[in-house]
Amino acid sequence: MNNSVILCQQADLIPNSGICVQVQGEQIALFYLPQENPQVYAIGNWDPIGKANVLSRGIVGDLNTRLVVASPLYKQHFDLVNGECLEDADFCVPIYAVAIVADQVLLTQ
Amino acid sequence: MINVVVIGNGMVGHHYVEQLAAAEVEAHITVIGGEPRPAYDRVHLSEFFSGRTAKDLALTTREHYAEIGVDAYFGDPVISIDRDEKKVRTESGREFTYEKLVLATGSYPFVPPVKGNDHKPCVVYRTIDDLGNIQAQAKEAKVGVVVGGGLLGLEAANAVQNLGLETHVVEFAPGLMGVQLDAGGSAMLRRKIEAIGVYVHTSKATEVIEESENGAGRLLMKFADGGSLPTDMIVFSAGIRPFDQLARDCGLKVGERGGIDIDYHCRTSDSDIFAIGECALFGGRIYGLVAPGYRMAEAAVSQLGDDPIAFHGADMSTKLKLLGVDVGSIGDAHGKAEGSVAYTFSDERIEVYKRLIVSADGKKLLGAVLVGDCSDYDTLLQYFLNDIDLPANPESLVLPYSVGEAPSLGAAALPASATICSCHNVSKGDIVASLDAGSCSLADVKSETKAASGCGGCAALLKSIVDHEMAARGLEVNTSICEHFAYTRQELFHLIKVGCIKSFDVLLEKHGSGRGCDICKPAAGSILASLWNDYVLKEKHVGLQDTNDTFLANMQKNGTYSVVPRIAGGEVTPDKLIVLGQVAKKYNLYTKITGGQRIDLFGARVQHLPAIWRELVDAGFETGHAYGKALRTVKSCVGSTWCRYGVQDSMAMAIYVENRYKGLRSPHKFKSAVSGCTRECAEAQSKDFGIIATENGWNLFVGGNGGMKPRHADLFATDLDDETLIKYIDRFLMFYVRTADRLQRTSVWMDNLEGGLDYLRAVVIEDSLGIARELEEQMNSIAGSYQCEWKTTIEDPERLKRFTEFVNTDAEDDHVVFVQERQQPRPATEDERLQLLAIEV
Repeated sequence: MNNSVILCQQADLIPNSGICVQVQGEQIALFYLPQENPQVYAIGNWDPIGKANVLSRGIVGDLNTRLVVASPLYKQHFDLVNGECLEDADFCVPIYAVAIVADQVLLTQ
Repeated sequence: MINVVVIGNGMVGHHYVEQLAAAEVEAHITVIGGEPRPAYDRVHLSEFFSGRTAKDLALTTREHYAEIGVDAYFGDPVISIDRDEKKVRTESGREFTYEKLVLATGSYPFVPPVKGNDHKPCVVYRTIDDLGNIQAQAKEAKVGVVVGGGLLGLEAANAVQNLGLETHVVEFAPGLMGVQLDAGGSAMLRRKIEAIGVYVHTSKATEVIEESENGAGRLLMKFADGGSLPTDMIVFSAGIRPFDQLARDCGLKVGERGGIDIDYHCRTSDSDIFAIGECALFGGRIYGLVAPGYRMAEAAVSQLGDDPIAFHGADMSTKLKLLGVDVGSIGDAHGKAEGSVAYTFSDERIEVYKRLIVSADGKKLLGAVLVGDCSDYDTLLQYFLNDIDLPANPESLVLPYSVGEAPSLGAAALPASATICSCHNVSKGDIVASLDAGSCSLADVKSETKAASGCGGCAALLKSIVDHEMAARGLEVNTSICEHFAYTRQELFHLIKVGCIKSFDVLLEKHGSGRGCDICKPAAGSILASLWNDYVLKEKHVGLQDTNDTFLANMQKNGTYSVVPRIAGGEVTPDKLIVLGQVAKKYNLYTKITGGQRIDLFGARVQHLPAIWRELVDAGFETGHAYGKALRTVKSCVGSTWCRYGVQDSMAMAIYVENRYKGLRSPHKFKSAVSGCTRECAEAQSKDFGIIATENGWNLFVGGNGGMKPRHADLFATDLDDETLIKYIDRFLMFYVRTADRLQRTSVWMDNLEGGLDYLRAVVIEDSLGIARELEEQMNSIAGSYQCEWKTTIEDPERLKRFTEFVNTDAEDDHVVFVQERQQPRPATEDERLQLLAIEV
């Protein structure tokens, strides 16, 4: 984990909900799902349809077993694992590899 | 282009104009009305005294006629027709030529030729102007007499009673509503309306009306039998006479006892002149109901096109509520048909009377009379209109349930031609066609076909047809809220309540599957809040809330939030107003007055929300719940405190109501308003529940809506005292919270309730489900445990951690950029943002 960057403390995470961090000008939405494996998911905070930085403030859940967040603006769902928009395949958000190590949330690449 | 002149702008004349304007006929239409205003709803005239205004009753406007290219003239009656020149002339001397002329002159009230019938307090009941007269005469009156015990007479009696007068009905015949009811039904009706305080005098021939010299009342009515009755005013409503003078004068054929003779095509003896509605005589008969008049108008319009339809007479069956009493009459109510047999059921204890007239062989229904309970009317009418064979024991159709379940007439048994909604002439076939064309709910069918949107009497029948048709198509309506729960919101509500479930995790584990989603989570969150009224940002509820609920503010398009403090009833002190201004200025917020009489502050970044609210809470503001599925505002006028016309303190009531229901979580947002008089400045009739002051208390309206699908609220109860008003609202709201679907406003909810408004009245007013107390207690508990979510939030450092754009830096989202417009900030457009970036670089 040489290149990893500390994003925040594990205590900053909110169970079953999202928060946002900014790293080198990039906004990353972090979702903490304590009952899943892995427990933390990271996608870009930018909603490409609503055109605002809001995805960290959406409701998380699953649709057809895919973990998703619903945009708080127009309610499209984005896959937390691969970033795809379920309603419109033309849209995709970036995903990030993250992990919880020693009470810290790390960006691992 | 054919030149059509229509004389008369009553309901039927107006219907003709609408139909012709919509038809594929090139016509230039001129309308000439004798009354000073365009067509209005005469059927509901008596509601004028229970809160409706002339504007509410209007069916059209001058502007609307202008828009559809109709030339319209009002208050200038036609005085002559020149058939040779094909010209009509009005009182003021205007002349109009025609190619086709339509007489829709209607009727005038029959005033019995009694000596003294022209005294000033003697009025008639027919037009809006008459209502003005009645109101003026009633002002100084204590007692009012209606002459006429028929349908129109009892309508007038309703109006007189609504004006607060001691009400008498004087009828020449031995019974009330002799045309529609047999003697037994008539007697039961009398019993019922006497019970509500209306004095009934039958077999009374008035000989003379004298001015009272001394003693009680302004007038004295003397009867042929030697009796007399003192009164302050007299309303003549003893039937109608066709207004056929114009036709007589120009030599058209009229009936012996009046009425302009017409044929199947609604043509008079002059083939270029039509007559429709109550002025027309068809088959020796005047049709004094609006539905047959509409059918005549449609037939007359069709004569100008390629596909003429005929008028073959109309069924005069009718169902109505007179003075609060349900009355129904179908077909041969008097059993005049040879060999007919009758079944009669009468229960004086509950004051219900039902009579069936059946053909000699017992197979067909010929007629029926219903008083006190019209629940069987729809079914009976279908048997009658469609000539359906009766069951083996026809009496089972009207006997009370304890004797045996009445066989219900299945929707499948009805032919496609069966008329389901007679107000809007919707057949079963029309309903099926609407479903074929894509309607997929009761509400869709209603808005598509207009069925059940007139008197609403066919609502239950309509629902059974829609259900049956949808099932027949294999369209199982999937009412599951989402893929995680195979339940409706109402069912979830019960599960949570009965199981005392306090968190989403438990609910999901016990009754659901998967992890939940943005549909079921907020719905469950709302139900949990409705039932247990927990602080919505408790850790276990956090993940359930929409962003608006999470941050207790409304997200706008650029990801910033707007802030709306509660300003109950729109009343705000200058000091508080100043604080709003100062806060807006300090945090650079765009400021706008909302439609709900409050102030919306836009453009707050999430990290500024706590500081903004700290200042607002310190100044005495509370959250306005503009973000929640909850009570928004209770709009108000200043009421009797300031206004010359106000009759109650609407301001105090609005503030009380807003404070009582603030914070209540519900299936959707809901709004209210209180008006201090019938001028209705607070627009209460466009709200989920609206309150309008009367001289005697408050009228309650429910199910109104503005927005995309505007709907006028329905009058729910009248002249309530404060306590009863609040009790009814408690029950109404809690019943809605319990039973509505997710994101269903009260208007749609009500339209989807089987039995609609009447059912809701039964539940709320008569407590037909026996749950009124429980509903009230639940509301009391919620009102008692109210907390301002913002006050709780700013006092809790743990919660405040959430209010940040980034947890790892104090930087701000650089995509949120404002520019100035009209001295206020607004979000920059993408182009503006890029330009600003370029300048900075």
